[in-house]
Amino acid sequence: MGKLHLSVMLLSLTNVKKTYATSEGPLVVLDGVTLDLGSGQSMALTGESGSGKSTLLHLVAGLDRPDAGEIVLAGKSLATLPDRELAALRRGTVGLVFQQFNLIPSLDVRANLSFQARLAARHDPDWCAHLADALGLTALLDRYPEQVSGGQQQRVAIGRTLAARPRLVLADEPTGNLDEATADSVLGLMLQLVSASGAALMMVTHSPRLAGRLDRRLHLTGGKVAP
Amino acid sequence: MNRAVIRSGMGALLSHWVRHPMQLLTLLVGLALATALWSGVQAINAEARAAYARAAAAVGEDTLARIVAVAGGPIGDSDYVALRRAGWLVSPLVEGRHRASGLRVIGIDPLTLPPQAAVSGAVPVVGGDIAGFLGGTRGLADAETIAALGGDGLPGVRLAPADGLPPMTVILDVGAAQRLLAAPGQLDALILAPGPHPNALPQHLALRAAARDGSLARLTESFHLNLTAFGFLAFAVGLFIVHSAIGLAFEQRRPVFRTLRALGLSAGTLTGLLVAELLVLAIIAGLLGVALGYLVAAALLPDVGATLSGLYGATVPGTLSIRAEWWATGLVIAVLGTLAAAGQSLWRLWHLPVLAPAQARAWALASTRTRRLQFGAAVALLAASAGLVAFGHGLWAAFGGLGALLLGAALALPSIMDAVVRVAQRARSGVLWEWFWADTRQQLPGLSLALMALLLAMAANIGVGTMVTSFRTTFVGWLDQRLASELYLTAASADEAARLTLWLRPRTDAILPIVSAEADLIGQPGSIYGVADHATYRDHWPLLQSVDGVWDRVADGTGVLVNEQMARRGGLGLGVEVALPHGALPIVGVYSDYGNPSPQALIGLVAFQRRFPDTEVLRFGLRIAPDRAAGLAADLRQTFDLPETALVDQAGIKAFSLRVFDRTFTVTAALNVLTLGVAGLAMFASLLTLATFRQPQLAPVWAMGLTLRHIALLDFCRTLVLATVACLAALPLGLALAWVLLAVVNVEAFGWRLPMQVFPLDWLGLFGAALLAIGLAALIPTLKLARRAPVDLLRVFAHER
Amino acid sequence: MNAKALILSLLLASPVAAQGFADLGSAAPGFALPDPDRTLTFPADHGPHWDFRIEWWYLTAVLSGPDGTDYGVQWTLFRSALAPVEGEGWASPQLWMGHAAVTTPDHHFVAERLARGGIGQAGVAPGPQPEPFTAWIDDWALTSRAAPGTDVLSDFSLTATGPDFGYALQLRTDAPLVLQGDKGYSVKSQAGQASHYYSQPFLSVTGKLRLPEGEVAVTGQAWIDREWSSQPLAENQTGWDWFSLMFDDGTRLMGFVLRDDAAGFTSGTWIAADGTPAPLAPGALTAEPLMTARVAGREIPVEWRLTLPDRGLDVTLAALNPQAWMATSVPYWEGPIRFSGSHSGRGYLEMTGY
Repeated sequence: MGKLHLSVMLLSLTNVKKTYATSEGPLVVLDGVTLDLGSGQSMALTGESGSGKSTLLHLVAGLDRPDAGEIVLAGKSLATLPDRELAALRRGTVGLVFQQFNLIPSLDVRANLSFQARLAARHDPDWCAHLADALGLTALLDRYPEQVSGGQQQRVAIGRTLAARPRLVLADEPTGNLDEATADSVLGLMLQLVSASGAALMMVTHSPRLAGRLDRRLHLTGGKVAP
Repeated sequence: MNRAVIRSGMGALLSHWVRHPMQLLTLLVGLALATALWSGVQAINAEARAAYARAAAAVGEDTLARIVAVAGGPIGDSDYVALRRAGWLVSPLVEGRHRASGLRVIGIDPLTLPPQAAVSGAVPVVGGDIAGFLGGTRGLADAETIAALGGDGLPGVRLAPADGLPPMTVILDVGAAQRLLAAPGQLDALILAPGPHPNALPQHLALRAAARDGSLARLTESFHLNLTAFGFLAFAVGLFIVHSAIGLAFEQRRPVFRTLRALGLSAGTLTGLLVAELLVLAIIAGLLGVALGYLVAAALLPDVGATLSGLYGATVPGTLSIRAEWWATGLVIAVLGTLAAAGQSLWRLWHLPVLAPAQARAWALASTRTRRLQFGAAVALLAASAGLVAFGHGLWAAFGGLGALLLGAALALPSIMDAVVRVAQRARSGVLWEWFWADTRQQLPGLSLALMALLLAMAANIGVGTMVTSFRTTFVGWLDQRLASELYLTAASADEAARLTLWLRPRTDAILPIVSAEADLIGQPGSIYGVADHATYRDHWPLLQSVDGVWDRVADGTGVLVNEQMARRGGLGLGVEVALPHGALPIVGVYSDYGNPSPQALIGLVAFQRRFPDTEVLRFGLRIAPDRAAGLAADLRQTFDLPETALVDQAGIKAFSLRVFDRTFTVTAALNVLTLGVAGLAMFASLLTLATFRQPQLAPVWAMGLTLRHIALLDFCRTLVLATVACLAALPLGLALAWVLLAVVNVEAFGWRLPMQVFPLDWLGLFGAALLAIGLAALIPTLKLARRAPVDLLRVFAHER
Repeated sequence: MNAKALILSLLLASPVAAQGFADLGSAAPGFALPDPDRTLTFPADHGPHWDFRIEWWYLTAVLSGPDGTDYGVQWTLFRSALAPVEGEGWASPQLWMGHAAVTTPDHHFVAERLARGGIGQAGVAPGPQPEPFTAWIDDWALTSRAAPGTDVLSDFSLTATGPDFGYALQLRTDAPLVLQGDKGYSVKSQAGQASHYYSQPFLSVTGKLRLPEGEVAVTGQAWIDREWSSQPLAENQTGWDWFSLMFDDGTRLMGFVLRDDAAGFTSGTWIAADGTPAPLAPGALTAEPLMTARVAGREIPVEWRLTLPDRGLDVTLAALNPQAWMATSVPYWEGPIRFSGSHSGRGYLEMTGY
C-alpha cells in the first residue's frame, strides 16, 4: 500500500455507468464502476467476454463517453470535455495499443513509430531510435505494415505509443492475436518499457497469467467490480 | 445441381441488395443516368433528323429538281405559265416567314404539285374543302402546330391537320401565300416533276438538281455529330459509376460467394446467377434511363430545335415522339454497358478459388502494376490519336483521333495523379500532411475511375464550350465584317430599283449594288457576286489571305476573291487561275464565309456586268450613319410601301444571330450540368465504396488523437484536391479537344476552319461547377464519417471484419 | 353526252358516293341552270360559259394505222367552277383539267393535267383575235385553223403529250354542228336535270401518234362534244354508260344510260349522215351488258348489246382494249369500240361510276 500513497493520482473513476442500445433493448455494460490508478502503476482488467472491460478502457481513453459517473484523467473530467479536447488528451496523455489494426497502413514503420509523438509535438528522434532498437524494429523501419508480421506490428504499436511519452498506456488484449511465445515476448517488452518510461498502464486481458505480472488486478463481472 | 440450390443461392445473393439499398440505388441511378444521357441525346438527334427529312420531303426538296432564278430572287407567275405552256411539268413554290405569326409559310399549287412531294397527298384531305384551300381560307399544318397555335395562326385561315409536315409550318395555296408574304406575282422556285422535260430554259432561269446531299443535311450533321459525341462521353462517364458499384457489390459478397461455392454451387452456376441478376438490374435501369432520357430530350428539344432552325433554317418539332430506334438502342446499350462494366468482376468470380482469403487490400498492392499497364496503353493511344489527326482523312478519322485522345488521357490520369501526390509528399510539412498525402496515394486506385470520369466530363465541357464560344465570337465578328452596310434593300423590279436609288441617293452615304449569278465553280453549283469598289469592302471584308492591292485587282477586273470552302475544296491558293463563266481569273484573295456550304466567288461590279449583262441590279447595301438607319428604313417602307422582306437591317440580323447562339449555349450548358452531375455521381459511388474499406485506415488515426470531424474534413479536402488535379489535367485535354473540333472536324465537315479562342473566365466557372459537383458528391460520405458513432470504429480493433 | 368526271371535286377521289359520280349530283347555288328556250349561237357558244358550273370540250377519235391496226384517241378539257365568275390571278375560281389518252389493242396510255384559270395556264380563247380559237391546258391545245366565216371546229389541230405518248392531229369537216336533245337542250333525268349539248361528229382525221415503239401515221374519224351545265345528274344517279356509234354508212348514234337506284334513264340522238338530228324518246334505246372484264379491280362491262327497235338497230359492241381505264383523279373507263349486227361500224364507249 505504501507505493500507492507515494504515487500521484492519475486516473479516478467514480460510479461510471455505460449502456448500449441494442436491437434487444438497452444493454448495461458498466454498472457503477469506481476505481483509481496512480502514476507509474499498472493494472490488469480481467473478466468474462462482455463483462465491460474493453468498454471501460475505451471510456478512459476518451474514445467514448460514460452515461453517468465521473472519470478524471490527469486532473480533467472526461465526461464534459468537448471532442476536440478529448482528442488532444488521446494525443498527449494517453497511449493506446489494441489487439489489431493499430497501424496506419499508408505509412511505413518509421512514420508509424513517430506518428503519435509528432502529432503530440513531442517527437524525440533519439527516444524513437532507442525504442526501435529496444523493440528490434531497426531493420524494419522502411517496411509497410502489411509487409511485417503480426508480432512485429504489435511491437511497432507499442513503440508508437511510448514514443509520445504518454502518462497512461491503455492496452486492449495487445497480444490476443499472437501465439503464446510471441505474446510473452511482446508483453515482456511492453511492461519493461512502460515501467522504464514512468507511465501508468491499464491492460485488458483475459489471461490470469498475464494479469499476474501487473501491479494490480481488477476483475469485472456484469459491469461491476468484483469484490 | 437442383433448382432449390439455385433458388436459395439467388436468395442469398439478392439479400445483399436488401441490406445495402444505397448501393442498389447507386447502381440503378448510375446506369439509368448514363442511359438517360445517351438516349436523350439520341432522341434529340432522331427527332431533329426526322424533322429535316420531313421539311425537305414536304415540298419534294429531297427528290425533285427545281428551277430557280439565275440571279437569285423571285420568279414571276408569268415564267411559270410560260414554262407550263412550253411543256415543262413545273409547280410553283413560295416560301417565307409570316412576320406577324412567325410561321413558315409554304405556298403550293395543289393542282400541279408532283405526287412525289409528300404534302401533295395531304391537300385532298383538307377537310374535304379543296375550294377553301384554293381560296386561301384553308391551310394545312402539323396537328401539334395547330394545337400550339390554338386558333391564332394566320388571319382568315382555318388549318386542317396533315401528317408529315414540319412543325410551325403552314401549307397554303400559292396565291394565299403570296398575299400573306406580300409578294404578289412572285415565286421562289418551280418544282420540276420527274421524267422527261424540254431542253431549253429561258436564260434567266436555271435548273437545280434535287438536294439529296443537301446543304441542310451537311450542316446539321455536324451538330448531331457533336451531340452524339457528347452523349457517348456521358455514357462512358456513367459506366464508371456502374463499374464501381458492381465492383463494390462483388467485393462485399465475397464471403457469400465463398459460402455458396463451399455449399456446392459451381463457379459457372454462380456466375450465371450473377449475370442474370445484372441483366435484371440493367433492364430496370435501362427502362428508367430511357424514360429519363425522354425527359432530358423533351426539356432540351425546344432549345436544340431553336438552335437548328436559327442556324440552318431547319425546323424541329417542339415536342417529342417516342421512336423505337432510340428507346431500343437505349436498352441495348444499358445492358451491354452493364456487362462491360461487370466484365472484370465476373471474370474474377469465375476464377475465384473456393477458399479465397477475404482480403480487401490486395487490389491496392496490385495497383502499381495496373497503373503501369494503363500508362503504357495511354501512351499508345495518344500516339495513335496524334497520328490520326495528323495523317487521317475524313470525318471519322477525326472522330477516331478524338476518341483515342480522350481514352488515352483518361488512362494516363492515374499515373499523373500518382506523380503529383508523390511530389506533394516530398514537401514535408508536418506529420498530418505526410499522412494526408500517404493516405491520398493509397486512395488513388479506388478513386481513379471516378477521377477519369471527372476528367472526361470536364474535358468535354471545356472542349465543346471552347468550340461553341469560338464559333460565336468568330461568327459575330464575321457578321460585323460581312454585314458592313446598315441596311440591305431588295427591289421587286428594275423600275422600282431605279426609283428607290433616285430617292435614296441624297439620303444615304453610299448605295452599294449587290449582284449575283448562279454558276458552276470547281464543278459544284455555286454563285458569283459582283461588288462595287468601295471602302465598305476594302475596310471590312473578312479576307483570310490576299495579295497586295487586292481590292484594286478586284475593282479593275483582273482578280477574283473566293470563299474559304471553295479554296479548300478545290485546293486553290493565291494566284491560281479559276475557271469562271466567260473567262478564268487569278485568285487574289480568300475570305471566310461561314454558314454557306457552297463555293462562292466575288469579282468587281464592272467585270460582273461585262460577264452577266442581263442580270438586273435589284439588291443594294445602304451606308448611312447607324443612328439614322432605323429612321431611313421606316421612311423607305412608308414611301414605297415595301414588303417586310424587301428591307433588312443589319442590327436585326445580328441580334437574331446572337439569339441563336444563346440558344446553343442553353443546350451546351444543360449538357454541361448533366455530365458534371454524372461525374459527381461517379465520385459519390466511388467514395461510398471506399468508405467501407476506410475504417481500418482511419480508426488508428482517430484513436491517436484526431477528432472524426477533423479526419472527415481532411477526407473532404482530399477529394477536392484530387478533383482539382483532375480538372487541371482536363484543361489541356479540353483545349486539345476543342482544337481537334475546330481545326480538324470543322474542316472535314464544313470546309472552313475556325480560329480557336480561349475564355479563361469560362473555365473558372466550369471549375467552380465541377468542384461544386464533386463537393456535393463528397458531402454525404464526409458527413457520415464525421457523425460515425465511436462504437463502429472501436469494433475495428476488437473484431475481425 | 359526255357527262364526265368533274373537276376539282375530283381531287376528292371519292368515286361513287351518295352524291353521285364525282359530286355531280350536288346542288349548285349561284350557278345558272340550262334553259330549254335558249338558242345556241356560234362562235360564242364554243367559248366558256362562266355562269355554269361545269363544261367540257371533249374529243374522241377512232383511227387506223398504215397496217390496219385500230387506235383510239381521247382529248378532253374540263372546266369546273367554284364560283360563277372568272377572276384574275391565282384567286380565279375556275379549275381546268385535261385528259388525254391513246388506246391501242394492247395498251392504254393516259395523261392528266390540272390548272386553274386566271393565270393563263389553261383556258379557252374565243378567237379570232389576237389568237385563233384555242382550248388549252399547258402544252396541250386544240387550235382552230378554220377560215374566217367558217365554224371554228371545222378545221383544227390537236396536240397532247404524256410521259410515254403524244399525238398531233389535224381534223376537218364540212358537216354542220349537231345540236343534241331539244335544239341543244339535253335532258338527263326524269326529274328534269339537263345540260346544253352540241356535237361535231363528222370530223376526219390525219396525223401522228407518238408511242413508245415509235411514231405511227394514222387516219380516221373523230367526234367532238361540247356540253355545259350546273347539275347534270339527279341525286339518285350513280354513273352512266355513254355510246357514240359511227356507222359505216355515215349515220351517227349518240346514246346514254344514266344508272340510278331504279331502272335508269336512257336517251340519245339519231344523227343522219347529213347531220340531221332526231332525239330519241326516253327509254327507246336499250343497253344490255353481255360480258365484263376485270379492270383496275372492278368488274366492267366491255361487251354490250344495244337495241333501238324504232330504227331496226340491234348490235353487239366490243371494246378494242378492255383495259382502257382512265387512271386519273376521278377514274373511269373510256375507249374505242367496234360493233356489228344489224349495223356495223366503230365508235367510243365511256363508263363511269363503276
